[in-house]
Order: sequence, then structure tokens, then C-alpha cells
Amino acid sequence: MKDYLPSTLSGIAYTGVIILLAVMPVITSALGQGFYLDIFSRIMILSIAALSLNLLIGYGGMISLGHAAFLGIGAYCVGIPVYYEIYNGWIHLGLAIVASGIFALVTGAISLRTKGVYFIMITLAFAQMVYFTFVSLEEYGGDDGLVIVLRSEFGNWLDLESAVVLYYVIFFVLLLTLFFINKLVKARFGRVIVGSKYNERRMQSLGFDTYRYRLVCYVISGILCGIAGVFLGNFTSFISPEMMGWTRSGELIFMVVFGGTGTLFGPIMGAGIFILLEEWLSAITIYWQLIFGAILIAVVLFGRGGIHGLLTRSKRR
Amino acid sequence: MLEIINLEKQFGGIKAVDNVNLAVEQNEIHAIIGPNGAGKTTLISQVAGELRPDGGQIRFRNEDVTFLRPAQRARRGLARSFQITSVMLPMTLLENVCMAVQGRMGHSFRFWQPTSRDTVLMESAMQALRTVGLEDRAENIAGEVSHGEHRQLEIAMALAMEPLLLLLDEPTAGMGPEESAELVSILQQIKGEKSILLIEHDMDAVFSLADTISVLVYGQIIASGTKDEIRANSEVQLAYLGETA
Repeated sequence: MKDYLPSTLSGIAYTGVIILLAVMPVITSALGQGFYLDIFSRIMILSIAALSLNLLIGYGGMISLGHAAFLGIGAYCVGIPVYYEIYNGWIHLGLAIVASGIFALVTGAISLRTKGVYFIMITLAFAQMVYFTFVSLEEYGGDDGLVIVLRSEFGNWLDLESAVVLYYVIFFVLLLTLFFINKLVKARFGRVIVGSKYNERRMQSLGFDTYRYRLVCYVISGILCGIAGVFLGNFTSFISPEMMGWTRSGELIFMVVFGGTGTLFGPIMGAGIFILLEEWLSAITIYWQLIFGAILIAVVLFGRGGIHGLLTRSKRR
Repeated sequence: MLEIINLEKQFGGIKAVDNVNLAVEQNEIHAIIGPNGAGKTTLISQVAGELRPDGGQIRFRNEDVTFLRPAQRARRGLARSFQITSVMLPMTLLENVCMAVQGRMGHSFRFWQPTSRDTVLMESAMQALRTVGLEDRAENIAGEVSHGEHRQLEIAMALAMEPLLLLLDEPTAGMGPEESAELVSILQQIKGEKSILLIEHDMDAVFSLADTISVLVYGQIIASGTKDEIRANSEVQLAYLGETA
């Protein structure tokens, strides 16, 4: 349990990040850098997605290479209703939760019968099936995607058309997600998920039907990522199948590994640095992906335990 | 309590368990001894549900459990310890035992209350650690304690499940004589309170603990009886005791 509680240095760093995120709109408007508000909105959305994936990879040892499918499902749960002029945000959110939950339940029930590399391949396969399904849906733009003309409406008191309001809604959802996952992994359910990662056979001999616990974990993770998708759709105001391609899933894995797998806060750091590097490097050179790749390799090779590992100087293998 | 009827298991052409019949009575310690490769671990794995028998039946408290999965058997009150220590190495000893207590306390689909503030859970786990003398090591990481302590942890986890029948697969495996004696004294404490099926190599341990002893050689029970009967059995002496003693 100790492994997941931030030690002092990381604790300070993480608190700092949260405070920074809380005042970011003030900073960006003072500096006249409205562009960065967008960047940080994106970081927070992908943080939620990475947090949900970390529940699978970090805590559960289930390496899914199809997690972006949930982002896409969530986003299309905004895009398609808006296409039919249904703007109610609660409907979008409800649809996203139901759709991603069902998708997770069905694909998880099948995927979780496999282990290791087979699990990776089968989650990838399911995600590609969704990808190609949306590519072939000409009605909703197919390959070209779909423009979201108006953002979700949650009532007059909450106008998502304002970038700052959207920012704070995302910030609030991120805090909720963090709080929820923190509770989850320390409760009995979370302990069973972690225990099953370390020694599944033993957990079974202790009376746990590990498959069922993992399936529930998979569904929870999928729903959280589907919610992130709702905000991604609202944020970009444009959705296309590209946002659920397998490279997107790969990026989410990078964020998790980058930040430190199985740590509460790691994915947020991972998402932040990933997006910022992407922005800065691509401004320097068009060959930015080359540098980016090298940095990723360096972090994986030398920074065992990701950013969290560096902050805590963890001795864990 | 436990009845094993005509149990069979083959690996390729080799009969690892060959028509074994065995019963463990309430609150009895029934030890199985036999040379290496006699099929002892195969037998216990079938009782725990990790291996499917090729034939025969396993009955636990008058219920046919032959085809139940390990988790289902565990929930019915069958707990096993492993010959080769099998715990959650990156977790603390306390967390490991907590898992065992959680397994006993019904389903774990509880998403809110932190286990660390669950006093019933924590107290039961500490109690199990105290029983085996590991209370001072509760906060140590399982991967960083000694072999002997691993063996004690195995016992603590099995006890924490509060099973009706305990399957102990060579609890003293790899232990020195001193550690071994310590473990035997721990098991002495619970003798008479629990039904135990014990597999053991250490003859001192077996003869000081067991009520009934069965001798397994090449997958077959060649003798079964009290300590004195087994000691006096010439077939056993030839097949087993003679070789080692």
C-alpha cells in the first residue's frame, strides 16, 4: 500500500501540479496565452483517459492496446446526438456511460479469457473493429469525421461554449476521477485487483474469482475513459475515427508508463509531459517525432517507474 | 470431512496418482509421506482443485467437489499452502494475510472503504500473523523477508482463511532444523482444532503432528494407519523409511 502513497517530494510536486491546474486560466489570460488554456484542457482530458488505463495496466496488470476506442465511443456519444440536434449534455454523458460500459463488458468478457500478449492483441483487435465501423459509417462522416456544431448543454448555469468554463468542468471531472480511483484502489476491490496482478493463482486459491473482479475493473476503466471521450468531443468540436486509432491507444500507454505505472498521480504527469513535449518539439522541427521517440526510449530505459519513480527514487524493480 | 475415492491422475504414460482412497476425519491431522515423485503434490493439487482428476471422486463435507474450481473450493472452506512459497511478493506481510481474510469475508466488490481502516479485517489478519509469530514483520515487504518467514506467512494465510480443512504442502520445505521445529510447534497449537491434510518430508514433524499417516509410493497408498502401525510396517520400512533413515 505504501507504494501508492506519494512520499514527500512527489507529494509536494503533485500538490503543486493541482494548484497550477486550478489557477491556469488566470495565468494564461494574464499572459495573453489563451492557446495554453487549450493545451491544458487537452492534457486534463487525456489525464482522465490515462488514469483509467492505469487502473488496468498499473494496478491490474492488464495491458490493453485498445483503450482509445473508449475515447472515441465517448466522443461519438456527443457527436451523433448533436448531429440529430440533441444537445442535452446529460443525455450525451448517459449515452457515453452506457455505450462504453456495454462495450467494455462484452469485449472484456472475451479478452480477459486470455493473458499476456494475447490480451494485448485481442484488445487491439476489438478497438480496430470499432475504428473501422466508424470509418464505414458514411452518415456520420466516415473517414472525414463529424463537426460538433454546438457543445453539450448542461443548463443555463453552465456554458461549455466558454473555454474557461469548459476548462473548469474538465478540471472538476479530473479531480473526481482522481478521488474515485484513490478510493477504489485502497478499498477491498482494489486490493483484489492488485493482488491478482502479483499472483493470480494464489488469489484464486484464497477464494477469489479473479476473472469477475478483473471484468468489473475493465468496465469501470472503460466507462471512465468514455467520460473522458465526452469531453474530448466537446473540446475539439470535431470527431473522427482517427481519435480511436491504435496509435492513440499506444500514446495512452506511453502516458501511463511515462508517469509511472500503478501510481495514483503518475498518469497525469505522463499526459502533461507527453502533450507539452509534442507541442514544443513540433514547433522546433518537423522531424520532432524522431526526438520524441528518443526521449521516450530514454525514459523507459533509465527512468524505471517513470516520473513518479524519479520523484520518489523508488528502489522497486 | 474429506473423502478421496479411487482418485486417478496420469501424466503421459505415468500414473502420478493411482487409485488412491483416503479420508480425513474431523479435527484430525492426516499426514501423507512418501519418497520424491510419489505423487504427493499431484494429490494435494487435485484436492485443492488446481488439477482435474482423470478418474475418481473428491468429496468434501458430503458434497462432490471433484469438478469445482479452486476459488469455489476455497469458499467452501478448503485452504491450501504451497510447497514453493506463493504469495504476493511486492505486498507487505499484513497485506498478504489481509487478502486471505478478505477471501473469507465474502465478496470483495467494495469500492469505498479503505481496507486500512477496516478494523475487523486488520485485526483478523494481525491475529493470524501473531499465531505464526510474524507480528513484528507485518509491515515488511513479502519479497524481502527470509525463506523461513515465507513459510510462516504461507501458514498464516491459510489460517486466516479460517478453513474447515487445511491442506499443507510441505510446510517445512527448505527449512533448517531450528526453523522446522518452530513451525511444528506452531502447528501443535492448532492440532485438534482443525482438520489438516499434511504432506511432509520431515519425519520428526510428521511423527510429532500426525494422528494418521498414509504412505504414498508411485502414486499408490501402500499403507495407512497410526504412527505405531506405520513404524512397524515392514513394507513401509523397505519402501521409504529404510531408504532415508
